[in-house]
Amino acid sequence: MNLVRLMAVVRKEMMQLRRDRLTFAMIVGIPTLQLLLFGFAINLDIRSLPAALLDQANTAHSRELVAELASSQVLDFRRTVAAPQEIEDLMRRGEISAAVVIPPDFETRLARPDRPAWQVVVDGSDQSVQAAARQLGAFPLDSLDYGTGGNAPGSQRVTGVEIVNFYNPERRAPVNTVPGLIGVILTMTMVIFTAMAIVRERERGNMEMLIATPLSSLELTIGKVLPYIVIGLVQVTLILILGLLVFDVPVRGSLVGVYLASLAYISATLALGVLISTIAKSQFQAMQMAFFTFLPQILLSGFMFPFDGMPKAAQWLAEIFPLTHFLRLIRGIMLREANIGEMGIEVVALAAFVVVMMGVAAARFPKTLD
Amino acid sequence: MAADDAPVIVARGLTKRFGKKTAVDHLDITVRRAEVYGFLGPNGSGKSTTIRMLCGLLVPTEGEIEVLGRKLPQNAEAVKRSIGYMTQKFSLYEDLSVRENLEFLAAVHGVTGAKGRQRIDEMYQRYNLGDLKDQLAGTMSGGQKQRLALAGAVLHEPELLLLDEPTSAVDPQSRRDFWDALFDLSEAGTTLLVSTHYMDEAERCHRLAILDRGRLVADGTPHELMKNLPGSTLKVTCGEPRQMQQALAGETHVIGIAQIGSDLRVLTDLRDDSLEWLRQRVSAIDAHAHVEPVASNLEDVFVASTRKQRAALEKAA
Repeated sequence: MNLVRLMAVVRKEMMQLRRDRLTFAMIVGIPTLQLLLFGFAINLDIRSLPAALLDQANTAHSRELVAELASSQVLDFRRTVAAPQEIEDLMRRGEISAAVVIPPDFETRLARPDRPAWQVVVDGSDQSVQAAARQLGAFPLDSLDYGTGGNAPGSQRVTGVEIVNFYNPERRAPVNTVPGLIGVILTMTMVIFTAMAIVRERERGNMEMLIATPLSSLELTIGKVLPYIVIGLVQVTLILILGLLVFDVPVRGSLVGVYLASLAYISATLALGVLISTIAKSQFQAMQMAFFTFLPQILLSGFMFPFDGMPKAAQWLAEIFPLTHFLRLIRGIMLREANIGEMGIEVVALAAFVVVMMGVAAARFPKTLD
Repeated sequence: MAADDAPVIVARGLTKRFGKKTAVDHLDITVRRAEVYGFLGPNGSGKSTTIRMLCGLLVPTEGEIEVLGRKLPQNAEAVKRSIGYMTQKFSLYEDLSVRENLEFLAAVHGVTGAKGRQRIDEMYQRYNLGDLKDQLAGTMSGGQKQRLALAGAVLHEPELLLLDEPTSAVDPQSRRDFWDALFDLSEAGTTLLVSTHYMDEAERCHRLAILDRGRLVADGTPHELMKNLPGSTLKVTCGEPRQMQQALAGETHVIGIAQIGSDLRVLTDLRDDSLEWLRQRVSAIDAHAHVEPVASNLEDVFVASTRKQRAALEKAA
């Protein structure tokens, strides 16, 4: 490893980057766009589902229940109907996604713990609505309990579960998504940038000239990758600032910890990019392969879906992905004020990933044109 | 350092196969110091593959190579410090300027500091790049790119310079200037190996190897090659050259016919009796036709030697 040659590659790469407007735009454009999209558009909290109400009991308790449900804002009662048949019609036409049915014998049922007192009908064709139904099922009917008080045995039936939300009491989605987005955006951009940058030398024929010089493949690779570490950190900064200004997402832990974790993760994505570059024959192939590694990470890392809800096999698979470990790290540091030392195991996992990827890549480095 | 009279390149039984295809087939080559050695051959004859093996870019399937007294591919890294390689396709960075490209190459070759700046200034002057310093390489003409590529290949003062069809993308005047630059380098002691498919360029080399289908079919100085041509060349002047050409094409001793203006240039595989023989044949077709001997050129050597090799191969198969 020769420092003069290494720095020559770094300088050259910076100059080329400065002239490559598309890549330059992607460095700033992708994080901004993604952050705004995920932050504003994607809201995993269900609110204001269009709903119908069929209250066949029409007692004081039933009206109390309806008022309670409406105040939760999960359901928006747009229609009050008189017969179950109407609910089916409305739902088929797509006018409502849910309906609450209170049977005529509501009061009797409340007194008898073996039968459900009321019913929520949901449109099962939409997954997010099903999730909302689960929310409703666990609905703690505090005031109702209180109302039925001593004379109704309902108080034994409903065990009011109080959910205390730490770290995100207002249940704002951006608080959960923004730290994860750092990982997602780095995955998207870093892998593609590095893989393409190295493959480009081959595709444009520069590699043939370089191989005939004393420059080693290791010097070339490291020299090309170094500028992207800086770019990755710039992106992290951009996301943090936008997250704070636009969505008021706090950094509760240490900023140094955030950057150290990001640095570890950037190294992991660059190592993956380098490995892809040793396999891909064209920039297009590099792009495809990068995307191939990107999708399962997004889906299984816990960014999109809850990690604990996945089958065991999927969880084991997800443990291989660097994004899974980075998400735990960054959420811990940014939201739970954890320090990076407490989460050492995740850092070790990322380091192991870097070592394995670079090892495989080094074994595949082309020393000749064969 | 090897002694001055030791050969710069020695290759014995050099062979390269890509899968089932044999690109280079048991080639023996010796290149001496400070000579301009030419590889002449059609596309696909193995010129590029041979050059790539000689500068350590490809590993031979079989055979031995010694470049500047060191065995390849074992000593590839050491050899790379003392050779320059100019690729067939422009392979410097199109999105960097002339200056940036040269500075990058200087650093990669370890030519740094004052020495580096001095060498780069020399390159500007010698190859007429001074006015183009800040122009992006991608926006330059074929001839300008070629000069930049040459500057990049000799920046570190290599002992051996390998050039793979360096003049394929430039106009005739640039080609001439380029060859002058090559002879300047040769005079300064650099050994040059140039591949080409232009006869006039091949003729300018000190020594020449003719390649066809991966095999060496002839080598020597251009003069020797022409003197030892296994056949002779004759000029036929007649009224209807196209018909004459068709009539002669099937004759046993005729290796090649080319129309030059209104004359025919006929290459036969006979040496002393060729004039007599051809006169008989021609007069049978056109009584007024005139036949006279002419000097052979390198193209005749090329046609005759590749023909011979192909006939031998067909017989073997």
